[in-house]
Amino acid sequence: MTTTSTSTRKTAVHKTATIRKAGPVAYLSLVLAGLVAVVPLAVVLLASLKDAAEFRADGPFDPPSDWLNFDNYATALTDGEMGTAFLNTTIILLFSVTGTIFIGSMTAYAVDRFRFRLRGTVLAAFLVASLVPAVTTQVATFQVIDVLGLHDTRAAAVLLFTGTDIVSIYIFLQFIRSIPHDLDEAALVDGASRWTIYWKVILPLLKPAIATVVIVKGIAIYNEFYIPFLYMPSRDLGVISTSLFRFKGPFSAQWEVISAGVVIVVLPTLVVFLLLQKLIYNGLTAGATK
Amino acid sequence: MTTRTAPAPTAPSRRSVPVRHRKRRAGALPWLFLALPLLLLAVFTYIPVISMAWYSTTSWNGVSKRMPFVGVENYVEIFTRPQLFEVFLVSLYYVVAAFLQLAVALYFATLLSFRVRFGNLFKGLLFFPYLINGVAIAFVFLYFFRPDGTLDSLLEFVGLSGHQWLGDPDTVNYSLAGVSVWRYTGLNFVLFLGAIQSIPSDLYEASDMDGATRWQQFRHIILPGIRPVVGLMSILALAGSLSVFEIPYIMTGGANGSRTFVIQTVDMAFRFDKVGLASAMAFVLLALVLLVTWVQRRLFPDDRSTTP
Repeated sequence: MTTTSTSTRKTAVHKTATIRKAGPVAYLSLVLAGLVAVVPLAVVLLASLKDAAEFRADGPFDPPSDWLNFDNYATALTDGEMGTAFLNTTIILLFSVTGTIFIGSMTAYAVDRFRFRLRGTVLAAFLVASLVPAVTTQVATFQVIDVLGLHDTRAAAVLLFTGTDIVSIYIFLQFIRSIPHDLDEAALVDGASRWTIYWKVILPLLKPAIATVVIVKGIAIYNEFYIPFLYMPSRDLGVISTSLFRFKGPFSAQWEVISAGVVIVVLPTLVVFLLLQKLIYNGLTAGATK
Repeated sequence: MTTRTAPAPTAPSRRSVPVRHRKRRAGALPWLFLALPLLLLAVFTYIPVISMAWYSTTSWNGVSKRMPFVGVENYVEIFTRPQLFEVFLVSLYYVVAAFLQLAVALYFATLLSFRVRFGNLFKGLLFFPYLINGVAIAFVFLYFFRPDGTLDSLLEFVGLSGHQWLGDPDTVNYSLAGVSVWRYTGLNFVLFLGAIQSIPSDLYEASDMDGATRWQQFRHIILPGIRPVVGLMSILALAGSLSVFEIPYIMTGGANGSRTFVIQTVDMAFRFDKVGLASAMAFVLLALVLLVTWVQRRLFPDDRSTTP
């Protein structure tokens, strides 16, 4: 934003640039905030590289004696079953995100490209549902999953992630409006069916919206605790969140192993964030403001 | 957004044929696309809400075939049994924390909307906590608050003594609400920043030439410009603090007076098998969240977000 100040106003340019620089107090507060964000995480990284005796003897800020001691990571991956957890999370993620993309884009296509009776009612049904926080209805959703015979299966999580995501529908709806109708109509004149138009014309043009949904949804599912915790209690169905949660019992006195588990969970997030920063910022803005 | 379907009058004669054509044929087609989405919506949102309303009038235990009708008894119990109602007071800690968090986020968003060296780095640092897995955050802060942990060591550096941050009922909710601020400030910050950056920059330039101070710019340009986002963030923060669950559940399990409304509800339903009472509690929470949303929509009417 400040970079555009070079434009129209001739003499004021120099002045604006200097006025709008941050002062020392501003930098101090930024550095402080940066430390508040980083320090709690950094000490966990330090702890994860220490062995049990070292951890007991050291304070949290002491560096580990061996920076390449990954024993705790091995323990977390094997005894802590984090390998299985990553596999389960990946499976659920793939199915749920794919499902969400189809559900969201089909809904958006139907609602935006057709005029039909009850269209307003359909829209209202989705709008009202978006106001209901999922956390409040789990007591009853649990019975639905139970009746369907899906309790303690991955399908339960996939269906819930796919079926209750109204935000994604809104992202698609917002985006599909900017796709010119001429494209559909031209295809229609050429004799394409509505399904072909959806599949061959609309879906490819929705790519930016799909990217947004993949990111917003992907992060949400990777971090979700409540749904797998309630619906997938079996050990071998553990996902990232629930498997890490189970560290609480067996490793309760072994902070160095728990710390390694935490780092294993946070690291992929950090890598994805560093690679896709822009997309993530934009995606969250689109997701939160619907 | 500009092009709307309907009987496009501006279309040249060649176009008008398929347009009318389509309008007539729409019939069953959209429903084919909507079948699955609507089925999922009904099964996983509407059926639960409706059945929850029904459970809430019974004393069902979740397993039994019998579901004795008790009328409004569950609701009466929620508002008369102090242990059940108490948890609302715990929400207050999170409500206060949420507004603190909004203020902090707004401060840093304003700051970083000006030219700042390493601006992107600071943006990333402030935002990243929001992306972290909740269980990981819970462990990070269990480690942070544990006796002789990170916080105690920091305090020792400056000559203060440690404290049972999570063990003491007087501090446990402050500590947990602090974790919540740490976790969610980044999201508010990025959304505020996005909104501030979409304010046309010539407004600042004009005010610069008129000799406006930073504060005046904030007060008269930025704040009015991001009003809808502030409204939206407030509602999300408020609704969020009513339904806090994850962090306290993992960190303390609700011990030492840190039990929140949702923890209470989950325990009631899945540990004590009181599905009827739990449903009534969930319904009260749902009503509260809807009330907050409604009030917000009245205070900050936002034509953008709702018009389909």
